[in-house]
Amino acid sequence: MFSFEGFLDLPLIWYGLIGTALFLYVLLDGFDLGLGILFPFAPSDRCRDRMMNSIAPFWDGNETWLVLGGGGLFAAFPLAYAILMPALYIPVILMLLGLIFRGVAFEFRFKATGRSRQIWDYAFHFGSLAASFMQGMILGAFVRGIEVEGRGFAGSPFDWLNAYSVMTGMAVVFGYALLGASWLVMKTDGVTQDWARKCASYVLGYVGVFLGIVSISMPMINADVKTLWFSLPNFFYLLPVPLVTASLFVMIWRDLHRGREYRPFFLSIGVFLMGYLGLAISLWPWLVPFEITFRQAAAASTSQSLLLVGTAIMLPVVLTYTAFCYYLFRGKASHESTY
Amino acid sequence: MIESLDPVLLARIQFAFTIAFHIIFPAFTIGLASWLAVLEWRWLRTGKAVYAEVYRMWVKIFAVTFGMGVVSGVVMSFQFGTNWSVFSDRAGNVLGPLLGYEVLTAFFLEASFLGVMLFGWNRVSPRMHFASTLIVAAGTLVSAFWILSADSWMQTPAGFRVADDGLFYPTSWLHVIFNPSFANRFVHMITAAYLTTAFVVGGIGAFYLWRGRHESHARVMFGMAMIMAIFVAPLQLVLGDLHGLNTLEHQPAKVSAMEGLWETQQGAPLKLFGWPDQEGAVTRYSIELPRLSSLILTHSLDGEVKGLNEWPPEERPPVAWVFWSFRVMVGIGLLMILTGVVALVLHLRNRLFDTRWFQYGCMAMMPAGFVAVLAGWFVTEIGRQPYIVYNVMRTEEAVSPVAGPPIALSLAAFVVTYVFVFGAGSYYILRLIGKGPDTEEEPYGAHGVKEPPLVTGLVSRKGDQSV
Repeated sequence: MFSFEGFLDLPLIWYGLIGTALFLYVLLDGFDLGLGILFPFAPSDRCRDRMMNSIAPFWDGNETWLVLGGGGLFAAFPLAYAILMPALYIPVILMLLGLIFRGVAFEFRFKATGRSRQIWDYAFHFGSLAASFMQGMILGAFVRGIEVEGRGFAGSPFDWLNAYSVMTGMAVVFGYALLGASWLVMKTDGVTQDWARKCASYVLGYVGVFLGIVSISMPMINADVKTLWFSLPNFFYLLPVPLVTASLFVMIWRDLHRGREYRPFFLSIGVFLMGYLGLAISLWPWLVPFEITFRQAAAASTSQSLLLVGTAIMLPVVLTYTAFCYYLFRGKASHESTY
Repeated sequence: MIESLDPVLLARIQFAFTIAFHIIFPAFTIGLASWLAVLEWRWLRTGKAVYAEVYRMWVKIFAVTFGMGVVSGVVMSFQFGTNWSVFSDRAGNVLGPLLGYEVLTAFFLEASFLGVMLFGWNRVSPRMHFASTLIVAAGTLVSAFWILSADSWMQTPAGFRVADDGLFYPTSWLHVIFNPSFANRFVHMITAAYLTTAFVVGGIGAFYLWRGRHESHARVMFGMAMIMAIFVAPLQLVLGDLHGLNTLEHQPAKVSAMEGLWETQQGAPLKLFGWPDQEGAVTRYSIELPRLSSLILTHSLDGEVKGLNEWPPEERPPVAWVFWSFRVMVGIGLLMILTGVVALVLHLRNRLFDTRWFQYGCMAMMPAGFVAVLAGWFVTEIGRQPYIVYNVMRTEEAVSPVAGPPIALSLAAFVVTYVFVFGAGSYYILRLIGKGPDTEEEPYGAHGVKEPPLVTGLVSRKGDQSV
């Protein structure tokens, strides 16, 4: 059986790839979902049309990263997939239902007229809100650890539900709202842009507070995480993470008030990157936190090798034509009706 | 009461419901994408506006259908883990890469170029747009390739070994991917998808002809659909027969259930109808044609056909489901062939486009493809029971450690959501059909919108500034 096991650290590569796919999903669908969260607060229906148009060509591709995250986890780390999905059964299904309402709203909203259009406005908003909140709760449940016995989930159906996961749920909702608002600052102008700019500076404060809570709470959940961050010399090596994050917040704040259009979005991505990095450092090398490492969960080396061949060829292609699509639909979005 | 619900049965119902709902959309979009490519090609070649107008009408329907296919498909990528986690753990080494390849080689391709296909009218050249349509069409076929390979492996597993820890390890990827039933299943399913689309398109063409609306467009739809009915419907019978013979070789119990045959017999009769009684191990009230089953399955009048009694009761699939689903599928297939024959006769008499009773018939046949596809999946998946991986792993071993109540509640949530979403989607598709193709003069791709569409960075009109 062919395998690259001899000269490649396959589990590590896949840990990195899945992590990257998940991060790309969080970023790309993050601004879609953030738009949905802000949707009902927009000043007018024409603004809402514009908001929708600014992401209509992309959302489908963006959501595909979630499928890659799910499918990739199944392929590269079947054990982790088999433990996490039953453990997070209810929030995963609620997230999926939210994504269904969000997704069909794109197609249906422009075909609906009058009052029925409002149904899809609400479907878009509440679908996005539910999916974001559930993703945050999944994150909260994940970092608190999963109960495992043998090769299966051994906890109860509501292990994921607690004050901490509610907090992380809200954190993700505000984080996505920041991405969505700064996306709109970049992709629109006029009234919509002014409103988006206000939204962005408003949610920016909340994002800072939540990021602070999560950062402080992580070391309290697990003693190993605490020693990782607060022992010397680690403390100094890792100090740039919070420092860079803090300066990003300051820069976003100033950009928003100086009328810059592109930078806030990319700086918000930077905030997400730093937050994700912080989590990744804390949770290394766990794939099912504090029970199963990525090495224990790895699929057979031939399976990881086979998919790696495809990934090495296809991922650059995927990234290229994703970039091509964003390039093709560059510039400000209009409020005109869809295709 | 809810605590006493059987998690295995609930997990099966939930999976069956979500995947049966999902398969409706790919079955339609696989055919539609290829047909749209043909339409656009005809338009580029002939320059006749009618092809572009038909394209523009159907691409909207395609978008709605594809959207519903995507959202119900995302659910599927999680259902393996939420409902069948033990199966995911044990079979992950084998099936994981196949599903991974589906995402990498098909989903991204479709999702990205669908954006160009729908919104890129004025942003790319007609050639580039045609290329996008082709890419989306190819993406639907590649997606079908991988998922049918994975499904076929569960039917006829090959190229793997079971290790001491109970996990499956691949030994030959070629044997895994091109497992014994894959080629037959793939061809049969793609043809089914093409026929499904053809009968929907043909039915709507017939509707316009019958109402005397959009005549030139209706002729394109109806004519092209009838070409499919004449040539592809009989072909499907041959492909189905080959698939059946393949199943006889690898999954004989399934074929016995399809035939409703309990005792092994030489010169076995074909039971046209009857009521298979699982408990009594007999098919009651059957109407039989002598020796025909042997003729079909062994191509000899007194060939031996195995009966279900060759297997102990706990190894038999639920016979009535398989038996009846099979009859529904074959019945519809025969009706499709009949449609083709009638179309051919009418065409030779120059009456194809103005025979009103035939237009009624074609309208009635619109949902036929969907029913046949679902029935076919019932045959093959229920016929695989009681195994999840045929003869290797039983379904009840595969289920997640999730209790009945969460599964029951999420199943209810899925049913409510899907009925609502599906209902709305059907309503919008029917409205698009009611509206028909746009024929007013407009630039290519403006798509009913006089202004440059959508995300226009190039054009920012004054009125926009205040929005």
